[in-house]
Amino acid sequence: MLFNEPHPLEVKVLTRRFEYPNAEPIGIDRFLATRGYEGFRKALGMTPEQIIDEVKKSNLRGRGGAGFPTGMKWSFVPRQSPKPKYIVVNADESEPGTCKDRIILENDPHRLIEGVLIAARAINASRGWIYIRGEYRYLIAVVDKAIEEAYQHGFLGENIQGSGWTFHLSTHSGAGAYECGEESALLNSLEGLRGNPRLKPPFPATSGAFQCPTVLNNVETYSAVPDIILNGGEWYSNLGTPKNGGTRLFCLSGHVNRPGVYELPMGFNLLRLINEVGGGVRGGRKLKAVIPGGSSCPVLKAEECDLPMDHESLAKIGSMLGSGGVVVMDETTDMVKAMFRIMKFYAHESCGWCIPCREGTAWLKKLLGRLDEGLGVSTDIDLANELARNMLGKTFCALGDAAAMPTISFVEKFRGEFEAKLKSAQAQAPVPGAQPLAVL
Amino acid sequence: MPDVTLTINGQAVTAAPGTLIIEAARRHGIEIPAFCYYEGYSLQAACRMCLVEIEKNPKLQPGCTMPVAEGMVVLTESPKVVETRKAMLEFLLSNHPLDCPVCDKGGECELQDMSFRYGAGESRFTELKVHGEEQQWSPVVYYDPARCILCYRCVRVCDEGLGVTALGTQNRGVISEIIPNAGDHLVCDECGMCIDICPVGALTSGTYRYKSRPWEMNHVGTICAHCSDGCKTTLAVRDGEILRGNNRDRSGINGEFLCIKGRYAFDFVRHPERLQSPLLRVNGELQPVSWSEALSAAAAKFNEVKARGGRFGVIGATRTTNEENYFLQKFARQGLGTANIDHRRSGDVVTLLDALSGRANALATVEDLYTAKAALVIGSDLAQQHPLFAFQLRANWRHHQLTAYVVTPGPVREDLYAARAIRSEAGKELEAAASLRDDLAKSQDLVILFGDAIKGDAVRRLVEFGDSLGIPVKYLCLVDYANSRGAMDMGLLPDLGPGYQPTQTRGLNWREMLADPALDVLWVVGEDPLEETALASANAFVVVQDLFLTETAKRADVVFPSASAYEKTGTVTNSAGQVQRLKQAAKVMGVKPDLDIMGLLAKEMGLNLGIWIPDKVFEEIRRTVRGYNVALPVIATGGAAQTGAADGRIPVTVPPELIRSAGDTLFTSGTLGRYSGMLRSVMEAPGTLYKP
Repeated sequence: MLFNEPHPLEVKVLTRRFEYPNAEPIGIDRFLATRGYEGFRKALGMTPEQIIDEVKKSNLRGRGGAGFPTGMKWSFVPRQSPKPKYIVVNADESEPGTCKDRIILENDPHRLIEGVLIAARAINASRGWIYIRGEYRYLIAVVDKAIEEAYQHGFLGENIQGSGWTFHLSTHSGAGAYECGEESALLNSLEGLRGNPRLKPPFPATSGAFQCPTVLNNVETYSAVPDIILNGGEWYSNLGTPKNGGTRLFCLSGHVNRPGVYELPMGFNLLRLINEVGGGVRGGRKLKAVIPGGSSCPVLKAEECDLPMDHESLAKIGSMLGSGGVVVMDETTDMVKAMFRIMKFYAHESCGWCIPCREGTAWLKKLLGRLDEGLGVSTDIDLANELARNMLGKTFCALGDAAAMPTISFVEKFRGEFEAKLKSAQAQAPVPGAQPLAVL
Repeated sequence: MPDVTLTINGQAVTAAPGTLIIEAARRHGIEIPAFCYYEGYSLQAACRMCLVEIEKNPKLQPGCTMPVAEGMVVLTESPKVVETRKAMLEFLLSNHPLDCPVCDKGGECELQDMSFRYGAGESRFTELKVHGEEQQWSPVVYYDPARCILCYRCVRVCDEGLGVTALGTQNRGVISEIIPNAGDHLVCDECGMCIDICPVGALTSGTYRYKSRPWEMNHVGTICAHCSDGCKTTLAVRDGEILRGNNRDRSGINGEFLCIKGRYAFDFVRHPERLQSPLLRVNGELQPVSWSEALSAAAAKFNEVKARGGRFGVIGATRTTNEENYFLQKFARQGLGTANIDHRRSGDVVTLLDALSGRANALATVEDLYTAKAALVIGSDLAQQHPLFAFQLRANWRHHQLTAYVVTPGPVREDLYAARAIRSEAGKELEAAASLRDDLAKSQDLVILFGDAIKGDAVRRLVEFGDSLGIPVKYLCLVDYANSRGAMDMGLLPDLGPGYQPTQTRGLNWREMLADPALDVLWVVGEDPLEETALASANAFVVVQDLFLTETAKRADVVFPSASAYEKTGTVTNSAGQVQRLKQAAKVMGVKPDLDIMGLLAKEMGLNLGIWIPDKVFEEIRRTVRGYNVALPVIATGGAAQTGAADGRIPVTVPPELIRSAGDTLFTSGTLGRYSGMLRSVMEAPGTLYKP
């Protein structure tokens, strides 16, 4: 199992048990020896209200991308409902640039199980599933082993730790669809249906898996909970900024000297993340652009990057904190090609349910591919922008927005590069409207 | 809950809480366009055509899923909405082949209409389109993935409407397409509802594809010639030839529902074996002759036998019109002076009417099947034999949470949603139904549908059982064919005249006629009794009116080629006693409606039986037949008029063993079905007709 060398600026909460270079996932013995399941034991003595209050106090926000306050989400579950309540873990980590859930599952799977147990206690759930993306097949074995250990040590199953409470947990493999990271599509997939998103409302808190009240969170979100219960919500909240509690895992990739997953407090400066933690732009080149939170977030120009990494600051400049996938692009990057690559991904991953996303991503992919190959015409740049705007906010789920937002930001912030492609194209192939090459 | 008031495009609108914006707007004459939204089926919000602006809402919201709220301000034609609609159409058309000039749907395509109304004039899409090859899924269903806009209407109508679930989706993104769940072919009812409901030309019909443009045809709303459910089918006719059947205008008791028979099984009309000339037996061989020759031969024989007091036997049919059946019994009783008249009965309507005599509101209509709180089905595989009734009950379950109970010898499709399904041996159905007493009595009301398993005394015991429940109970006696019910009502019975008035003498029933060695004349109108029973009288003179040279026609001395239900006017009565009007759709050379044949025969014999124009005969029926004094405008405008119940006792003398259903499946329709290439082409009936 691999993990990058830690950095002194890191604040280790989720990754506190990680050892570099570690070879094996942390087993239950070492987990228990390092205060493992202590948060859960403490939670067993708390009422559901107390647990949810503590999580609310921590200002923990969903780490999947939307950043919804976790405590509030849990409080929406109607605990008095006669239906069984379920816990679902979203381990369908598919956002390009993101690999944080993977290192948690890979290195400290018991941390996730402990977080799930506390969440299950908070809503009195009886059953849980960890929905792991199909491409992470090798991780299913790791998590399954940890679940087995937890069963053997009485942390899962019947009468958990003598409390009389029963909770079962198992893994469920996805089949390779980005869309199944969207919570309602994930639930459809979990139920054995086609991975299309569902109509909302009802939200999962009231009608989730198998039409029962369900808490559905990201791996990293659940994994933060044990330490919140152990050390108190206030302690966790103070690690970050006022509205953004705690630490989070930033997945630094692209043209930096030291790419990797780093645990840093919320609100950490993006430029410092690149230059100090990441060791600067590779080859001493100049920074051109950064995607701050996975490929669906609007791109930032180099001069916009001096800002704290929290939800509000990024929203203020029109981007998003997203899933923590920071993609660094240096001055040699071909922005048209980069955008084309991103759109290729979304066109491939669109589930096809709604018209604007299904047709829009496919059209944009062809158009951007044509531009990139030097076969663009002068109207193409505005057309790309307009098509993306026709998708934005009009699709059934957020996938359409995820494809539209980067397109708009790339075209608007790097319009010069798009125009340069046109010019070079005219120099090479002076036939406007030539046949496109990209065919699905 | 009180209605909420909202504003749509500045117009104050009130609607019940929970009403969707698209519906509230529609009811006030404001159209919000949509492809995937379809009344009665689950919500999708996939096509994004119905996005509307709602005040205080930053994003446009789909009108098809957003319920109305008090004080809501909705804009359906604001610049933002109009631009969005245009954008959605542009997206849709990007990969849609613009083969409208050869597409079956051209002229009645929702995508065309929407583009015309809301779309952009110019296309900006210059890339290569995604293309998929056309597929044949069954003899009647073809799919063109390139034309498909993925509104999932077909998937929903098959799954939710029919309970068949033959269709699904495969692949994702722009190459998603609809597929049969069985792989490369359909295992289904072949009802064609998916084709009908398709807004574009993605699903096309095997019988109609590439044959005509919709505007070249006349669309004639008539009643299906097959089973007794009485579906209205709108036949599209070009040059006297029927090219397709559907009911897109949702007129009639069936709305837009049709099964394979109503939609496709009209091809018997132009079957090559169709009789188109009268035949006369000359020197032992049937030979084509002129109408006058055939008529005078039959009339001469009839007059001769009548003069010497010989024995007639008259057998009528369950597909001929009320007017024809009425005229036939009048002809037999008044013209020939015989009481020997009968038809093949498939349900014990007579005993039911007698058991219910004097009671109003105890006979169920097709509408009742959709509104009843509970239904009990006894001894019938509805999905196979009465597809409309099955569809209605299922729709009732989906929309109003009908509680259904099933008592059948084997599994049926209604088991899928029935509260209880009981398997019972033949003859023990009533005992099984009695075990449901406590459950049934809890309901507010009940409809009981029963097939030929309940006949004779069992019908009376069933009504007693219904009475003992203490709730309002309605009954529906299931019979086989389009006018099986009407044949009884019109008095094609040896002991009962029109309206079940007892006759002075009891004649022979059809089995007794065939077994009578002294029978002089056997006159068969549209029926094929010799198919299963031999004629005992070797010297009987046999006159047959039929579409085809049936077993009976082969034995005949005179055969008259008659017009089918699709080639004439008149009325028919369905299982539920609802009268509807046939309209002439097709034209076939050389044939005459049975009523004309009988009228001409009467004229040739010198009898005066009155005018033989359908409307005139129906007037007489309204005047004289008990229960048939129905409102003419209802029938004249294509509606269904419920006939009244019998208000007095009926002496029932029919032996119950004469009542027997032919046991048709979804893909058979008695003799007529044998001449439908389409019914014969589909592989086998889906589901089970009482297989274990």
